[in-house]
Amino acid sequence: MSTAGFAIDVRGVTKKFGARTVVNDIAMQVRPGEIYGFLGPNGSGKTTFLRMLCGLLTPDGGEGKCLSLDFRRESSEIKKRVGYMTQKFSFYEDLTIEENLDFIARLYGMPQRKVAVEKSLERLGMVERRTQLAGTLSGGWKQRLALAACLIHEPQLLLLDEPTAGVDPKARRDFWEEIHKLAASGLTFLITTHYMDEASRCHRLGYIAYGNLLAHGSVDEVVRAGGLTTWEISGENLWALADKIRGLPGVEQVVAFGTTLHVSGREAEKLHASIAPFTANGHRWTKIEPGLEDVFISLMETAKDNFS
Amino acid sequence: MKPHAFNFHRLFAIVLKEFIQMRRDRLTFGMMIGIPMIQLILFGYAINSNPKHLPTAIYAADNSPFSRTIVWGLRNSSYFDLTREAHSAAEIKTWLAENKVQFAVTVPVDFSRKLLRGEKPDLLLEADATDPSAVGFAQAAVSQLATTVINRDLIGPLMPLRASAPPFNLVTHQHYNPESISQYNIVPGLMGVMLTMTMIMITGLAIPRERERGTMENLLSTPVHPGEVIVGKIIPYIFVGYVQVTLVLLAAKFVFGVPVMGSVPLLVALTFLFIVANLAVGITFSTVAKNQLQAVQMAFFFFLPSLLLSGYMFPFRGMPGWAQNIGECLPLTHFLRIVRGILLKGNGVAECAPDLWPIAFFVAVVLTLAVKRYRQTLD
Repeated sequence: MSTAGFAIDVRGVTKKFGARTVVNDIAMQVRPGEIYGFLGPNGSGKTTFLRMLCGLLTPDGGEGKCLSLDFRRESSEIKKRVGYMTQKFSFYEDLTIEENLDFIARLYGMPQRKVAVEKSLERLGMVERRTQLAGTLSGGWKQRLALAACLIHEPQLLLLDEPTAGVDPKARRDFWEEIHKLAASGLTFLITTHYMDEASRCHRLGYIAYGNLLAHGSVDEVVRAGGLTTWEISGENLWALADKIRGLPGVEQVVAFGTTLHVSGREAEKLHASIAPFTANGHRWTKIEPGLEDVFISLMETAKDNFS
Repeated sequence: MKPHAFNFHRLFAIVLKEFIQMRRDRLTFGMMIGIPMIQLILFGYAINSNPKHLPTAIYAADNSPFSRTIVWGLRNSSYFDLTREAHSAAEIKTWLAENKVQFAVTVPVDFSRKLLRGEKPDLLLEADATDPSAVGFAQAAVSQLATTVINRDLIGPLMPLRASAPPFNLVTHQHYNPESISQYNIVPGLMGVMLTMTMIMITGLAIPRERERGTMENLLSTPVHPGEVIVGKIIPYIFVGYVQVTLVLLAAKFVFGVPVMGSVPLLVALTFLFIVANLAVGITFSTVAKNQLQAVQMAFFFFLPSLLLSGYMFPFRGMPGWAQNIGECLPLTHFLRIVRGILLKGNGVAECAPDLWPIAFFVAVVLTLAVKRYRQTLD
């Protein structure tokens, strides 16, 4: 367990690819045993940030500690204590489940390799399928195998890059149960995701766009920091109404949610003034708590204006 | 359902797409232009099936005007380059074994005395016949040449000695492969060619395959060291290489009846260096290539000159200087000399040494490059 109080404690982390700044001056603090959700649009720099933390990419700037080790200078030590699960399945499809686990265990120089592999197979529930080729597994099982392989060397920190992409809801739920169980035992998680339901399962969140960390904190903190006011409208001909509202002063987002519309904006008074004329047409207007997704989209739009 | 009729707009769409992709894939484009160019230059200029300027040693035991005439005649012929002058028969033997000369001409002690007496003395031509195609033409040339130059000295009272037949006996010793059996040359050489082809190709694919399948990212996130990855990928193929060596050696002995004059354990030991050289090339390509296709293309780029300039297909001595210089840089060239030397000439370590250090040097350079190129990060 990290003695300094934080599993990840970095500042000013920057990465450039040529002239393009992919990660710009990011600071992050994650406590041991915490599940930190890392969100942001595609290409926002999430994966790059994870890769820098585990020494796969060399940062262009920044300092700090990862598991009490200097994250820039001691990456080979960090590698031994971190499990990294790549976005794409990156184990050997032409090796069996057991052979894959055994290979990883050897690379980490596990003293009791056979025991570790056996334990991992049991936890996976794959004892009977140990001789199955990894390439023949379904998406959900591949993901479980990848998680098991990341855990085999008993890391203190897990970096999971979109671990549940393309996995069915049941498997996703099981996966998150597992994550919470592991976190309860002291493991720290940094997980990237695009799913809002997953984001709300994290202890804390960070939202990154265009390489900048735009918001961080608990779900409530992030929502509050977004400063968004949201109205929910239900009734007839919502789509026609949406067209009329869109573009009015103070209206930033008009999004269809099933049989309702969500209209949001950061300037509550302007928004109210713009929508007031439409509230009498037989539609029901209710002021609601803005959702994470509304906040994130709003953050992204603002970031686009500021950084791109 | 009936298929659509052939449509030229759709055809054009495909053609256009192919051209765009061709233009994007620089290496393939380079291959399409580069390979024909290499072939054109090599076949057009470098390869000569009637080799000339072959390094020749002369041992003039008989210091007479006649032997000087023969030396002068050889020096002026286009077939021979008199590179060395021997002072004993033993020296000639060593030079032939070490591949320093292709031919040696010996003018025996009493050559001129016998010639003047009309006793038809022997003129000895020794040839390194491991590559029979390098020998044939030169043999005819020496007979012709010696007769013409000597006849010029046979003037006045010596005129009658000219006669129709040459006034001496040309005795030819074709060393190492007296019957000019080309299999003796090709089969041992094949060992080197096979090793070059498969070793470079297989290892060339090793790292791009990891990268293409995404497993590289995983590998890099573990504490594994680049040296461990490279050496770890090389070792299994050393075994594969030895399986190939064993097959060729067995076939050489029992199917083609190639004589095995030297020590097989020595050959097996020296082959190790050559296998490592090829694997090192493969791994270097592997670290450079962006995908498996590129790796195969690079392997081909290396293989072509190896095949043509090493002396495997065509006599090495027959090539112009620049081509020989390129050939000298290739491990296959040296390995061919080692294999043929051990199998056909019965060479030992001492005779192989001149061809060992170039391979060793090659390995050192290429392996350094590979470790430098292998990136421990994804940058």
